[in-house]
Amino acid sequence: MAARVSLFVTCIVDQVFPKVGLSMADVLERIGYEVDFREAQTCCGQPAFNSGYHEEARTVAKQFVSVFRDAEFVVVPSGSCTSMITHHFHDIFAKDPDMHEEVEYLAPRVFEFSRFLLEVAKVDDVGARFNGAVTYHDSCHSLRELKIKDGPRRLLRNVKGLELREMSVAEECCGFGGTFSIKFPEVSGGMARTKIDSIHETGAGTVVSIDSSCLMQLQGALTRAGSKVKTMHLAEVLACR
Amino acid sequence: MSLIQIQQDEKIRSTVADSKIQRAVYSATARLKEKRSEVVSADALPEYQELRTQANLIKKHTLENLDFYLEEFEKNLTANGGKLIWARDGKEVADFILGLAKERGVKMLVKSKSMTTEEIHLNDHLEAHGIDPVETDLGEYIIQLAHDRPYHIVAPAVHMTRLDVADVLEKNLKVEREEEPEKQAMIARRTLREKFLAAGIGISGGNFLVADSGAVTIIENEGNARLTTSAPRIHIAVVGIEKMIPRAQDLAVFLKLLGRSGTGQLLTVYTSFLSGPRRAGDADGPDEFYVVLMDNGRTRLLADSEKRQSLYCIRCGACLNACPVYRKIGGHNYPGAYSGPIGAIITPQYHGIKENPWLPFASSLCGACAEVCPVKIDIPKILLELRKEVVESRAADSDSFAERKAFQMYAWMMRKPKLYALAGKIGSKLAGLPGLTSFGPAAKWARTREVPRPAAKSFRDEWRDRKKGGR
Amino acid sequence: MTSREQILSDVRKALGRTAGQAPAAQPKARIVIPTIAVEERVRLFQERLEVLGGKVHRAATYADAARVVGGLIEGTAVASNAAVLRYAGVTAMAGVSSGYGDEPSLRAACASAPFGITGADYGLAETGSIVTVGANEARLVSLLPPVHIALLSKSRMLTGLDEFYTLHPRPALASASTVFITGPSRSADIEMILVRGVHGPRVIHVIVVDEELI
Repeated sequence: MAARVSLFVTCIVDQVFPKVGLSMADVLERIGYEVDFREAQTCCGQPAFNSGYHEEARTVAKQFVSVFRDAEFVVVPSGSCTSMITHHFHDIFAKDPDMHEEVEYLAPRVFEFSRFLLEVAKVDDVGARFNGAVTYHDSCHSLRELKIKDGPRRLLRNVKGLELREMSVAEECCGFGGTFSIKFPEVSGGMARTKIDSIHETGAGTVVSIDSSCLMQLQGALTRAGSKVKTMHLAEVLACR
Repeated sequence: MSLIQIQQDEKIRSTVADSKIQRAVYSATARLKEKRSEVVSADALPEYQELRTQANLIKKHTLENLDFYLEEFEKNLTANGGKLIWARDGKEVADFILGLAKERGVKMLVKSKSMTTEEIHLNDHLEAHGIDPVETDLGEYIIQLAHDRPYHIVAPAVHMTRLDVADVLEKNLKVEREEEPEKQAMIARRTLREKFLAAGIGISGGNFLVADSGAVTIIENEGNARLTTSAPRIHIAVVGIEKMIPRAQDLAVFLKLLGRSGTGQLLTVYTSFLSGPRRAGDADGPDEFYVVLMDNGRTRLLADSEKRQSLYCIRCGACLNACPVYRKIGGHNYPGAYSGPIGAIITPQYHGIKENPWLPFASSLCGACAEVCPVKIDIPKILLELRKEVVESRAADSDSFAERKAFQMYAWMMRKPKLYALAGKIGSKLAGLPGLTSFGPAAKWARTREVPRPAAKSFRDEWRDRKKGGR
Repeated sequence: MTSREQILSDVRKALGRTAGQAPAAQPKARIVIPTIAVEERVRLFQERLEVLGGKVHRAATYADAARVVGGLIEGTAVASNAAVLRYAGVTAMAGVSSGYGDEPSLRAACASAPFGITGADYGLAETGSIVTVGANEARLVSLLPPVHIALLSKSRMLTGLDEFYTLHPRPALASASTVFITGPSRSADIEMILVRGVHGPRVIHVIVVDEELI
């Protein structure tokens, strides 16, 4: 019997980029997993947590835990949301021993998508084909909290027809930062411009990341700049055949 | 939004739009960043991570036992013939210096670079009482002549071009205009040389206080700190209590980290280890040696065992160079003397969170600061903690009413999946309406980026269809 | 309450400690001294110092070192009271003044001389630094003249900071002022452009002498 994975489709993916969730499901099914989507899922609570509303974040986090507590694996198309669950749930439930214990039990089974492929499924070539040059944007929480750096690049290099070109500031923040992008729109937008200058220098037609929130920010800035560069989530690239 | 916040917002917008400043700051910080990463790379310094861990441990230990080390420092300094002055705040620092200057008939004093004296606006206090303080670090000197504020912890004049410097020197020193940095520096050398030799007091900061030696350690590149602490008959070091380390031997760790993190140097040009006035047989050196230990809000920070790590900072400036926000908004939009990520955590803690509630929010939480911090301060974690405190302390403010309601609503709805799905559907329909992006958060987003459109069909609806389709 | 009492009391309150309470065990000092042969140390020292714009000379004996000094100076020079300069004969050279007993005359001499000559108690190979610990090294000699010349015995070439702090775990016992000098004075405060000799010397020469002093 195939192992079963549960998708955690983040709120941004659910509402703005549904294709990312579908692509992730396609790839996981292609490599032999049975995929389920639990309808009671909503959000990880990060927007509230990062804005200083810890009580509200706890409320939402409890919903997450109650939905996924018995899941075999939870796979997430976002490094940032994964990190919220695997790193910051510990902090917000520091004074709630019961919830803390639940989190300790659940967190080790929650994986960012590329890490799941490489470390659990042990697959680095999913048989994808994509014609064109892409550049990879390291999302901050994936890079600095989850220490994900080479994995997504390895998966991309194994895509037939794909050429991976490094940008000069791959590790620099895109400027999204949740409510920061609205509280400080000029700073946030300025950071995105620095990033897209670097994307343009590579000549790649597509920028790829493992976080849809970064891609939403970059897409907004690229469109505003009249750029032809497209944004794609890693799952979308890996789903191409 | 309050008036102060609107003005702050406006200042930030104009800095981001100033292409001259943007270029100057971006290229300087890029250079410093690059130099740092070369000298801390695994090839250049295999023990780098071990040094960071050790530095973090030492700072943690020292602060956890700070009262002991303060007294030990006092005992050893006194045995060396130095005098310790305790100052609760900036006013007590200024009062001591003014009193001593008056007693010794000193009208002019020289200063080497010190963020601590910037923090307490010492120069303003001195000037108001007829004492002339002369900054001697090249960057600080230019800043002082221009009546400006330091822009960066280690590169105070990073926002000025050589042409700006030419203007400042020409206007203030009545010298012939020079546009070459080399020649500009020589003008400063000549002018300041006279000041060093004439000043009655030299005031320095201190990078480390060494408890087992009663000594102050000062690092620098120009030689102005050595001159400030050697030429005048009186040397006063003004240092925050958190700069303590237990042993001289610990400098083997800190000195390797500080120069590398700050400017990419293995060691700065001069490292002075000063433990008292000149001794019998010494050819030169000050006759009187004072260390002013300043609190100014630091003990308040000590009480919180998590946020206490903010006091580990050795002022290398690496977090500024790494911070994409600092690199956009520059040094002058931060209140107080300390800018960048470290300023965003210490300024609100020294002076209270109510003064600058926006500060902990001016970060994308990218974590680049923590990654480069030589003493491993978890800056993003402290920013998150401070955000929580702002929310709690402003719970009754009308300013934050709408935001608080929105998050309460969000939390309530996220526990009701069906309602959340329905709200998503309605939202996606509404988003198509013309003019919707001219209000609220969408309008702010739209100032610099196109607003994302929700998908016509959410993932959950797509998934349901897919399952119906038999997949 | 005095400021002293207030601060100490605030600190103790914040930390939950009481007056006179012993500190927790200190983390062990981290001292790691690499093994580097003497000639290799000198080579490394030279490489590191010259990258910074300093100049390293070699001399077999102190008499040779004095000849190197003679070739470097023009006009007047001030020498510190380091015993090694007398031994080398540097203090007896034409144009070289030394032995200033009172500070005003030392200061005046340093402010006008184009060259300052000192000894160096140690060299630090890993960083290209020289160290002065002794009371005989006037601070102003290595600071005011635009060119600094230092004589360093090869036997005093240490590997780096860790070795120095092993020999001098408490430098304050030896001197009121211990200074590491790593290259010529510099600044990059204007447009990040490197300028040498801002306040201290623009040029530094270190003469490494093979001869061992007894």
